[in-house]
Amino acid sequence: MQKIHNNRAWWLVLPVFLLVAFSALIPLMTVVNYSVQDIFGPGQAFFVGTEWFKEVLGDERLQDSLIRQFMFSGAVLLIQIPLGIGVALMMPKSGIKGSLCLILIAIPLLIPWNVVGTIWQVFARGDIGLFGWGLNELGFDYNYTGNTVDAWLTVLLMDVWHWTPLVALLCYSGLRAIPEAFYQAAEIDRASKWAVFRYIQLPRLKSVLIIAVLLRFMDSFMIYTEPFVLTGGGPGSSTTFLSQTLTTMAIGQFDLGRASAFSLIYFLIVLLISWLFFTAITQDDKEK
Amino acid sequence: MIDWMNWTPTVVIFFAVIASILAVMTVYEIVSPCRERKGFLPIETTRGDRLFISLLSTAYIHLTFLAVSDVSLWVALAVSVAWAAVLLRWG
Amino acid sequence: MKQSRFKNVGITLFIAFVLTPVYWLLNMSFKTNQEILGGLTLFPRTFTLDNYAVIFSDPSWYNGYLNSMTYVAMNVVITLLVALPAAYAFSRYKFLGDKHLFFWLLSNRMAPPAVFLLPFFQLYSSIGLFDTHIAVALAHCLFTVPLAVWILEGFMKGVPREYDEMAFIDGYSFPRFFIKVFLPMIRSGIGVTAFFTFMFSWVELLLARTLTSVDAQPIGAIMTRTIGASGIDWGVLSAAGALTIIPGILVIWFVRNHVAKGFALGRV
Repeated sequence: MQKIHNNRAWWLVLPVFLLVAFSALIPLMTVVNYSVQDIFGPGQAFFVGTEWFKEVLGDERLQDSLIRQFMFSGAVLLIQIPLGIGVALMMPKSGIKGSLCLILIAIPLLIPWNVVGTIWQVFARGDIGLFGWGLNELGFDYNYTGNTVDAWLTVLLMDVWHWTPLVALLCYSGLRAIPEAFYQAAEIDRASKWAVFRYIQLPRLKSVLIIAVLLRFMDSFMIYTEPFVLTGGGPGSSTTFLSQTLTTMAIGQFDLGRASAFSLIYFLIVLLISWLFFTAITQDDKEK
Repeated sequence: MIDWMNWTPTVVIFFAVIASILAVMTVYEIVSPCRERKGFLPIETTRGDRLFISLLSTAYIHLTFLAVSDVSLWVALAVSVAWAAVLLRWG
Repeated sequence: MKQSRFKNVGITLFIAFVLTPVYWLLNMSFKTNQEILGGLTLFPRTFTLDNYAVIFSDPSWYNGYLNSMTYVAMNVVITLLVALPAAYAFSRYKFLGDKHLFFWLLSNRMAPPAVFLLPFFQLYSSIGLFDTHIAVALAHCLFTVPLAVWILEGFMKGVPREYDEMAFIDGYSFPRFFIKVFLPMIRSGIGVTAFFTFMFSWVELLLARTLTSVDAQPIGAIMTRTIGASGIDWGVLSAAGALTIIPGILVIWFVRNHVAKGFALGRV
């Protein structure tokens, strides 16, 4: 659809702009202020310039949690996106069965995040949780509070359980938006299942997949509540992701300057990756 | 009322500069609207896109200088401004 | 058909995977603490409703649910009110800085919450909104509004502009056209948007906990109370957790047909 150029449309956007600017810009400015000062308490702050940034860039603990974060977000996307598409393709197309599937699958999305952590904390325990107990009975030496690999896998499994439904839900809706005529045409051409998926379904899923990937990337990159409740970041610091490192720093040690400096770097990283992704996709679309 | 924001003169200047860049570019855009074009960047960009790219790369240039050298950040700023000018003109 | 049997098995397996942890939570909520800690039982031996009774008889417990529902409802209303006109503008017009404005909206989801909590707390304290429902609702708008604009824009793009023009020729004013003609046409979109807004606001805890202390405390924060001197009260904790799922199920029940009708999103 050809859009009309009209700057008066700003009046329609203004409420959104003001509302979001209020909650976004003021805290952002404050964090920038924190990041150039050493703050001991109200009214006791010293200007330190870019000291925090310099220190933070060479801080190994932060670098480690950044690497862990990238590994985690990468794994999350690699598992959840294909699995979500698969689930959406398998869901019944309509009727009572379709609705029922939809509701059941959406359940993990609707559970508050700390409850998600609690559910898995219990579920994965070797003594009172079905999952941990089952694995131990099967002869695996599974213990998520003691073993690094187990802890990692548990956090990952929890996230897959929690968020794959979002990808599935979005894809399911995207699939339902494809007109029946497309499939009929494919049938006349005797297109294979794969061809139908590759040339009809996948291109049509693009818009929902973009938002699924962006949401999953941004949210997994700042995951906090669930692993905090599940493992508390342990064993050691193996599941301490960025947000948790930052929270410990900002609130636990009241090291506001350092934590703010790193938050800003972290924000720049997410901004750059999201922008690259967003531009690449929209550009690709324009060329067609 | 705004004591808790811990304002420092440097940050005030920083945000004032950003805000005035945005304001100037907005006025410029109203006076002479620009079209998308292809420069040396791999994508077609408008003036606003190039501004965004310059601002983002400015941030990264400064961080790189901080991370790998002890050179004064004024050098980083000079590099960034030069890069932004190139980007806005030919990007 | 072999194909459809494969699909049925696959979807059944996935649903089993989704439901097993939830079942475990329900299972625990009907057990006594002795039974929970005494060993593994696949279903409650001594079925009890005591855990739920604790929650429904104590105002400080059930007020948590009411608080959460209040700010979530406020958030959904505010989000829809501001996002509807904005999405209309994005779907119909080009205007100065539209692309950048949209990306900026989206970028607000990217800020790590941990460090931004303190400024948020101070901001809402300084304007006297600390520990009110509206504070949480406004703060949640930060991430619900961009998503709402995105989803709504997709639906609005599906409505040809001829409808707008016809209505204006017929003498409709813009507000009247918008409410009487346009909104009914994108009913599904509003339903789906309300669902996603509800979802992200209902499950968020960090901001909600930071901005409240007593009067507007969300249920998630109250749940941490079950960790007492004698360890965690698993039974009550499970019951409280199980109850947090119910509002969500109700909401998805109402919008299931809208989601199943399908949607493609805007912006691309």
